Amino acid sequence: MKCRKCGERASINMRQHKLALCREHYLDWLPAQTQRFIEKYAMLTPGEKILVAVSGGKDSLALWDVLDRLGYAADGLYIGLGIDGGIDYSAESRRRAQAFAQSHGLTLHVHDVAEIEGATIPEAASFTHRGRQKPCSVCGLTKRHVMNRFALDGKYDVLATGHNLDDEAATLFGNTLTWSTGFLARQGPVLPGAGGLARKVKPFCRFYERETAAYALLRGIDYIDDECPFAVGATSIAHKETLNRLEADRPGTKLAFYLAFLEAKRKGAFPTPVEGGRSDLHACSTCGQPTSAPETCSFCRTWDSIRHRKLHTERVV
Amino acid sequence: MPAKMRYRDQTYEVPTGITIRDALIRLQIEPETVLPTRDGELLTDDEQVREGETIRLVRVISGGAPGTDRR
Repeated sequence: MKCRKCGERASINMRQHKLALCREHYLDWLPAQTQRFIEKYAMLTPGEKILVAVSGGKDSLALWDVLDRLGYAADGLYIGLGIDGGIDYSAESRRRAQAFAQSHGLTLHVHDVAEIEGATIPEAASFTHRGRQKPCSVCGLTKRHVMNRFALDGKYDVLATGHNLDDEAATLFGNTLTWSTGFLARQGPVLPGAGGLARKVKPFCRFYERETAAYALLRGIDYIDDECPFAVGATSIAHKETLNRLEADRPGTKLAFYLAFLEAKRKGAFPTPVEGGRSDLHACSTCGQPTSAPETCSFCRTWDSIRHRKLHTERVV
Repeated sequence: MPAKMRYRDQTYEVPTGITIRDALIRLQIEPETVLPTRDGELLTDDEQVREGETIRLVRVISGGAPGTDRR
């Protein structure tokens, strides 16, 4: 297959766009498309202070690389989860995030959950009903809280995450299966910030996962290609596999699903709550972050309980 | 001499002369979920599998914790 721009051998074929590109033109195309999406969805403006959530995986490192190439001022935040899984998962992902930051002359903040909150994510999960078998729930809760706190405390204008179209389509698929209208209303390329919630953007939300992976490979980015050991059997992966089977028969299905959702949302199918003006939100009495719970937020309650149970267990032992 | 495909610590033998896409379908691997590489070079899946070569498949699916849309 030939590159549509120059006729050289193509490195990637994007069947949903009927577009094949060589390495050189693909490495130009993806950042240009990113900039187009940034402008279309009013995600970022030049000069804004951006915090990129960096996991050491392909999406977040590729995003950081692209934002840097586009001239945006973006620092990284790596959250150390303390996951080993027999492959030293967290240590390896941290090493790659740090190596990327160093080689690109970028600033990476590191938040080690065990050091700061008192337990690794797998330990925490073992002490809470949120995930004795799977720590994904407590992991998600913790990451959302830490990212928001870091963005606000560091006076960042916006938090950028590397969510790609497969992530978005899988989330959309899951929320549609359960008609979780509250989550559907909040899903989109931009989550407005206000009232203690940082603005969040997803500049890669229209790229297929294989496109971000191809970019990382072609750019020579050293990312961790092992998936999180706890992701095996995750619902999000099952949804992705289902959508990929549909995509195989009809290229463009995933993209059309997501774009049609955004259009339906734009037309008012899922009224968007005004985050800052939500009357059910107030400041958590412990950390000050917005919560709809009576006193303390879900993060503080969960982690207070984890620390308490951990201390009790250590005393018993 | 058949060719090989390497995917997630497993090696599979595949016939030569067919396209990578057809080889993936024979192995019941969704073409959308991998990127084929030859000596570190990214390939499109219409390329033919060559005699004696090893094609490494880079898995592209990741997942796990719920997204950040939740607040």
